[in-house]
This record gives sequence, structure tokens and C-alpha cells, in this order.
Amino acid sequence: MRLKRFREIFGIGLLSLSAVIVVLILCVIIFDITTKGSGVVSWEFLVDFPKEGMTRGGIFPAIIGTIFVTIITTIFSIPLGVSAAIYLSEYAKEGRLTRLIRTSIRNLAGVPSIVYGLFGVVLFVQGLHFGTSVLSAGLTLGLLTLPWIIATSEEALKTVPQSYREGALALGATKWQSIYSNVLPYALPGILTGSILGLSRAAGETAPILFTGVAFFLPKLPGSVFDQFMALPYHLYILSTQHHAIEQVRPLAYGTALVLVALVFMMNLTAIILRYKLRKKF
Amino acid sequence: MNFKKIREKGVYLFFFLTGISVVVLLTGIFLMLFFNGLKTFRDVRFIDFFFGTIWNPSAYGEPSYGILSMVVSTFMVTLGAMLIAIPLGIGTAAYIADIASPKIRETLKPIIEILAGIPSVAIGFLGIVLLGPLVARTFGLSSGLNALNGSILLAVMSLPTIISVSEDAIRAVPRDYKEASYALGASRWTTLVRVTLPAAFSGIVASVMLGIGRAIGETMTVLMATGNAIAMPHGFFDSVRTITATIAIELGEVPYGTAHYYALFAIGAVLFLMSFGVNLVAELVTAKYREGKV
Repeated sequence: MRLKRFREIFGIGLLSLSAVIVVLILCVIIFDITTKGSGVVSWEFLVDFPKEGMTRGGIFPAIIGTIFVTIITTIFSIPLGVSAAIYLSEYAKEGRLTRLIRTSIRNLAGVPSIVYGLFGVVLFVQGLHFGTSVLSAGLTLGLLTLPWIIATSEEALKTVPQSYREGALALGATKWQSIYSNVLPYALPGILTGSILGLSRAAGETAPILFTGVAFFLPKLPGSVFDQFMALPYHLYILSTQHHAIEQVRPLAYGTALVLVALVFMMNLTAIILRYKLRKKF
Repeated sequence: MNFKKIREKGVYLFFFLTGISVVVLLTGIFLMLFFNGLKTFRDVRFIDFFFGTIWNPSAYGEPSYGILSMVVSTFMVTLGAMLIAIPLGIGTAAYIADIASPKIRETLKPIIEILAGIPSVAIGFLGIVLLGPLVARTFGLSSGLNALNGSILLAVMSLPTIISVSEDAIRAVPRDYKEASYALGASRWTTLVRVTLPAAFSGIVASVMLGIGRAIGETMTVLMATGNAIAMPHGFFDSVRTITATIAIELGEVPYGTAHYYALFAIGAVLFLMSFGVNLVAELVTAKYREGKV
């Protein structure tokens, strides 16, 4: 009896311990980056160009580049992803084709990000002659986030009660009119939440942009979608592995890491709060 | 009236095409890798490619294209990552699904999500500045950039996937199973280990498969934190170079259209097939699970 009691406490203690370890891992990550990065991050760091071979100055072009490429990703992947989700949730009948589409989405979600990079090189950089540019990189990241956006948007569409659709149809609306006026508005917050989460992943990705448009250093901001760009994740990669004076630029690397993690964190937080408010409403 | 009908048809066609686009994309990725990769074998023998251990495509005179060491390296860091992430992930999932109070659960879930959102390049960076030196100090090594370092970091990267998918699976176990067990006098721990976890088994397997897929395909973390020595590894203290890292390092420097260029697509195809296989297993297990439940 005592052994049983011991096993009970020990077992449950072990499970609690694993949860504590996971939380601690996140704490260590955030703590280390915040404490060592916060001394570097200042207004000048955010709005200055890198100076003297990236040993001093700020990360302004990397921030702008990441925002620019994420905008391209958004313009491409959200309309396409949401449309595909509308097809799956509103039009598709269960059958072999629909199953094939769903299997493809799940498999696309598992394709390694570097493979998207290879695909981007062949399709956008060489095939469509976009060159290494913001456009190529943004489209590559768009493909990467597509399965995520479809999956979360479909889930959002599924939560809209069936009676909303039927109400519109009963009043003589066509299918599209019912989707447009009675389904999309109610699914919109959910779609937004999923999309923000997907885009935050894209903003932090490095591998897909390595060969599709990101640059080591540029003296000015990209002027058009056909220019190369600097990006926060790649800048962090360079500062921590490729720079000629790695020890000297370590504080700058920490500052870049902090800005990158903070950016992604804020996007995540927006999505999580949005979802929380949403759940209370329904 | 007629206009309306045409519009409806057009709208349907538009959504249908966007729906089908994902199939086209997946097929396109596969064909692109396959046909570009195939061109490698104009210059390289099949057997040398898959079973050769020396990868040195830029060697003067006699370049070699053996991928075995990097395949072994990829498997090794993935195995190491899973040894850490599977017990930790399933333990955490069981805690969140079965033991935690609703309040703690509602706090833990966003925390897992935030962990999932940390960019891989930031994890790799911490592997260089924080974990690597720690590994070196603990084991008395000259450098901490090795397979062990990579494994721990990959475990961190695959944990959120394993936790969230396992947790869903554990929570999906019908209440009656647990209640029946309690009614028979079983304790909380016994019920969890003997009833709930076995009932969620296929979902847990699927979560592990997805975690493995994540670890195999991860690029930046291993690129930054494993040292990238290109040789057959002998243990977890050796520096390794994975498939993903090789593509990331070499694609930028290789001249277009050479055997080396195509070889990078060939290893990309190998990588694609590995993650495809892992996903397929996850898919089959989940399908079986759904059948079993109905």
C-alpha cells in the first residue's frame, strides 16, 4: 500500500517536473536574450545602419527588410490560403480529390524549410526571372506559410454555425452571397489569428530566404520588390557565425536576437489575445 | 438571373483552383527535386552517391559525392533529440491534459505556443553562446559545437509539436474510460499509465513522428550549433554536418548547372523523401486511430 502511494506521488511528480523543465527552457531562452540584449538595444540601434563593417551601428535595414518581405508574404499567402480554405470548408464534397488536397496540405506542412528554399530558387529566382529579390523571398515564404494559413482558416470557417449559412440561403441568396455576407465576417477574427501566427513564423525563418534574396550587407534600403534586402534572422546568423570579428560583435548579435524575438513574440501575443477575446465572445 | 449563375460558377471555379493549388505545389516541389537531382547521376554513380562516405564535390580532379556520413549525422542528431524530447514532451502533455487545473492549463498552452514561435536562428544562436560552452565545460571538450549540442537544441525545437499533438490525443480519450478505471479502484497514476496513455497511443505516435519530421528538416539550428565537420561521426561529441546544413552551406557558392549543383537537389530529394515518409507514417497512424474510434 505504501509502495503504491509512493509510486503515485513519484509518477505525478515526474510529470509535473517535465512541465516545469519545459517552462524553464523558455525562461532561460527569454532571460538570456533579454538580459544580454537589452543593454544594446536603444533608439539608435533601431534606426541606424550598420557601421564600420557591421562592428558598430544599428540594424535598421534588417528590420525594414523583414517587414518588407513579410508584407509580400502576406499579400501572396493570405488571399490564396483563405480561398483554399473556403473551398475545403464550403464547397468540397468528401471524396478522393478532397482527401488528396488534405493529405497534400499536411505533407506540405512537413516539408523542410530549406527545401522550400531550393524550390524558390528554381521557380522564382531562375524560372520566373525575379532574381534574388524581396519578391522571390516573399513568395517562397508565402508557399511555406500556405499550409498553416489554410489549416487555421478552415478551422475558423468550421466554427461558424451551419444555421448562418442556411439563413441566407433561405432568403434566396446564392451560395457565394451567403459565404460573403454570413460566413466570412464571423470567421474573420479566427482567420486573422491563424494568419498572424503563420506570418510570425515566416518573419523568423532564415533557410528559405538564404538563396532567394537576402543579402549580407546593403548600404541602402531596397527600393523595389526586385532588390535584395537585409533581414533580422539572417543578420543574426551572420553576426554569430560569419563575421570576421565574432567576439567583438557578440553584443550586437544579442541585440539583434532580442529585437527578432520581441517582434515574433509581439505577433504571437496579438494572436493569442485576439483568440482569447474571441473565445469569450462565442 | 443568368449573370448570377455565371458568377456563381466563376466563384466556384476560382475556389476550386486555389484548393487544388496545394496538390500542384506538393507535386511541383517533388518533381523539381527529382528531375534536378537526377541530373547528378550523369556524372556520379548511384552506388557512390548513396553509399560513399566522403563528400568533397570541390576536390580537384577527383570529386566525391558520398552522402552516407551526412545521412548518418542527420539520423544521429534526430535520435539524440528524440531521446530527450519524447519523454519530456509526453510527460508535459500528460501533465497538461490530465493533471493540471484548468487555470494552469490555460497558462501553459500559450507558453508552449510561444516556445514554438521562437525562430530557429535564435535557438541556434543560443547554442553557440550559451549551450555550446556549457557542453564543452561539462564534458571537458575543446569545443561544444557537436552532435550533442545540436540534439539538445533540436529537442527544444520539436518539443512544442510533440506536446501539443500528444495533448490533443490524450484529451480526446473518452471520459468513460477513465471513470471506469476509477470505479474499479485504480489510482490516478495507474489510470493514466494503464488506460489513458494506451488509449491515446496512436495520437502520441503521430506526435512523435511530426516531431521527428521537424528535427530532420531543421536547418539553422544544426547549421549554427553542430560545427559542420564533414565526416562520419563516431559519437555525440563529434562535430557533424547534416543534410540540411550541407544544402545551406553549399548552394550559395556552387556554380549553376554543375554536377555539384544538381547533387544538392539530389540530397534535397533525399531529405524530402525522409520527411515525407515520416509524415506518411503519422498520417497512417492517425487514420487508423480515427477508424478505431468510430
